[in-house]
Amino acid sequence: MGFEVLWKGNNMLRLLEGLWAALRISLISVAVSLVLGLALGILVSLKLRAVQVLSRIWLEIVRIMPQMVLLFLVYFGASRVLGLNISAETSALIVFSFWGTAEMSDLVRGSLAAIPKIQYESSYSLGFDPLQTYLYVIIPQIVRRMIPLSINLITRMIKTTSLVMMIGIVEVLKVGQQIIEANRKSSPNAAFGVYLTVFVLYFLACWPISRLSKYLEKKWEN
Amino acid sequence: MEEILRINGISKRYDDITVLDHVSLSIKSGEVVVIVGPSGCGKSTLLRCVNSLENIQEGEILLNGESVNPGNKKPAALRQKIGMVFQSYELFPHKTVLQNLTLAPLKVKKTGRKEAEEEGLKLLERVGLLSRKDNYPSQLSGGQKQRVAIMRALMMHPEVLLLDEITAALDPEMVREVLEVVLSLAKEGRTMLIVTHELQFARAVADRMVFIDGGRIVEEGTPEEFFEHPRTERLRKFLHSFSYGE
Repeated sequence: MGFEVLWKGNNMLRLLEGLWAALRISLISVAVSLVLGLALGILVSLKLRAVQVLSRIWLEIVRIMPQMVLLFLVYFGASRVLGLNISAETSALIVFSFWGTAEMSDLVRGSLAAIPKIQYESSYSLGFDPLQTYLYVIIPQIVRRMIPLSINLITRMIKTTSLVMMIGIVEVLKVGQQIIEANRKSSPNAAFGVYLTVFVLYFLACWPISRLSKYLEKKWEN
Repeated sequence: MEEILRINGISKRYDDITVLDHVSLSIKSGEVVVIVGPSGCGKSTLLRCVNSLENIQEGEILLNGESVNPGNKKPAALRQKIGMVFQSYELFPHKTVLQNLTLAPLKVKKTGRKEAEEEGLKLLERVGLLSRKDNYPSQLSGGQKQRVAIMRALMMHPEVLLLDEITAALDPEMVREVLEVVLSLAKEGRTMLIVTHELQFARAVADRMVFIDGGRIVEEGTPEEFFEHPRTERLRKFLHSFSYGE
């Protein structure tokens, strides 16, 4: 079945390292996207024309452009034209954060729009200032509303990290390919065993996140 | 009695629609003033102006001689002294009943948790909702939510309480439980400015009635004069629209 190659040398460890490379990129980008996306989403909700137009364009770019094109643009394009020496991992972080921030800000904007103006007013009338109102009343509510949608985005981001091997990052899928290549003669079926293992690894990475989302949804039902 | 709130010739306009037209009203400490009028007459807007949720184009509003006009540097500090309860309750859905009560004291007034919770529990007991303290708003009936909302406003020890049609969204059988709370507040001498469509309740609770129509105060007086001997034709018509078979 081709699983035997996994136990040769340190192949399994290499796969796990590859998984960590993918997870590291997605987790850092998700963290950046959560913070920046929240800030941008609130900024957009303040209905400043310029901010709205810019964020709209940003979101359209992210949605229209394949992530791979963005990766190539930053890694190959920017380093040439701007003379910047950006590492592959930094390029990936930039692209994934750029994507995540735009999508997250749109989720924040949508959730904010669902909270009636009078909820803010009732908070003001208790003596909260606008900042406290966001901090204690509005943001906790939108975070609860956003959980299912943002989990969807986070798992999409984790899955899409398989693209970063195209700019030379050795992540789990790339390691898998290397193992298959190296054992082509001795284990012709390695492709099945290795890719199935990669599949299981992705599943194990994303599943706890989706469980957590279910748990939080239930906990925050009210 | 000493004057606590003074509304001095305020006008409120949206574009070219005048919602409030030179409205003046003075409220003494401990007084309960009930405002009635046809819908769209500006009575809710008046309450919102007092809490500087709306800006005004003319006039001024003074709380203990201090201006509460929007544009004032510290609306949040002044709003602590003016409690407001809304038709749609507006409890915080992500907080339990007790947390709804304690949030503002904890974060705005920096009251100690123990002290805030003790006071919250006492107020919940007073309105018969102690057993509901750990429930979320979505688990309460409308009448229960509104009682919680009133107690939440009281937690900040406001000098004036504004009640904006607080029974208008309630099923009829729940109106009474809420109004009884308001009556008990009136008895303990709270200063309140109330907008309502419940005329019988208004009569029972008011020290003074105010009738607003078309953005102006048309008539004001004691409940007795107001309901028994209305001086203006407009008020007579308004009161008549509430009675059947006469």
